[in-house]
Amino acid sequence: MTTPNREPAPQQGLPVVAVVIGALFFVGLVGLMLYGVMRSGDAERDVLPSALIDRPAPEFTLPILHDPSVQVGSAELRGAPYLLNVWGSWCAACRDEHPVLTKFAETRRVRVVGYNWKDEPADALRWLEQFGNPFFVVLADQEGRYALDWGVAGAPETFLVDGNGIVRWKHTGPLTEQIVAERLLPALEQVERQQ
Amino acid sequence: MIRFARALLLGLALALPVAGVHAQPAGNPAPLQFADAAEEARFHALTSELRCVMCQNQSLADSNAQIAQDMRREVLALMRQGRTDAEIKQFLVDRYGEFVLYRPEVGAHTWLLWFGPGLVLMLGAGVVWHVVRRRARQAPPPAGGDDGEQEW
Repeated sequence: MTTPNREPAPQQGLPVVAVVIGALFFVGLVGLMLYGVMRSGDAERDVLPSALIDRPAPEFTLPILHDPSVQVGSAELRGAPYLLNVWGSWCAACRDEHPVLTKFAETRRVRVVGYNWKDEPADALRWLEQFGNPFFVVLADQEGRYALDWGVAGAPETFLVDGNGIVRWKHTGPLTEQIVAERLLPALEQVERQQ
Repeated sequence: MIRFARALLLGLALALPVAGVHAQPAGNPAPLQFADAAEEARFHALTSELRCVMCQNQSLADSNAQIAQDMRREVLALMRQGRTDAEIKQFLVDRYGEFVLYRPEVGAHTWLLWFGPGLVLMLGAGVVWHVVRRRARQAPPPAGGDDGEQEW
């Protein structure tokens, strides 16, 4: 009894190449899922990268909160780096970051400019009285005229602008000690080195 | 009855959205007024192609976030200044990045987004084609040739 159709022993199962490719796919997929799970606790997961980084800060002229008859323009802030913090008295997370921001402002390394966004001046002033005012100056943008130019989506948001008026760093969401130490300070060092 | 009320309250409490760390100002200003139906149609077509930056799975047309209201207002203002749709989109891209576009430009940084699914489909089609062809080559002659285990 000869079996004529069994000359080269037809391959049983899948070829090695297919198994290897399949295994790579599987490992890749598991890796991707793991990455997703690891990032699920990251508050910055949904944060969009700012379109303004390494581009000039928007031009603006805004009244200051404490004396609306005085207008401050972006040109007047140029010459030295500054940190611009977007906040409002209606913003709970701003209250959370306030001690961190205050501690940073007290080092007096850069001017910390407040950007009071879509707020009632009376509420904003009361808020600062209650929690302390760490700001060099507070700009009041009641109607949110320039917030779109800054690419602001919500509050708090914090921008680092260098002495030439170029945006160098942005953080969306409340500042924490960790973010100040690991992100803001290195960015600031780089800005200071360039001056 | 009390138990029912308590269950209802609990349900409501659970259904309330968790306060985000990135907050939105309050306020519900008057709805936008359109000059005519054509302007309204153009506005809706444009805003449904733009993504809300706060609530990333909603279009600018659908979102109730304050920033989306401001952005809609700006879009209408730009339309009335006589800007084209492309210019308005560019205006928002300059400020918020390409993320605001539901249909981003085809470019070096978006080719994978645009063509990735097609590539995967082609890869799958290639694998299927390869397997089918190999099976066809290995298949025993159809009539009478099947003398293996299949017979019983």
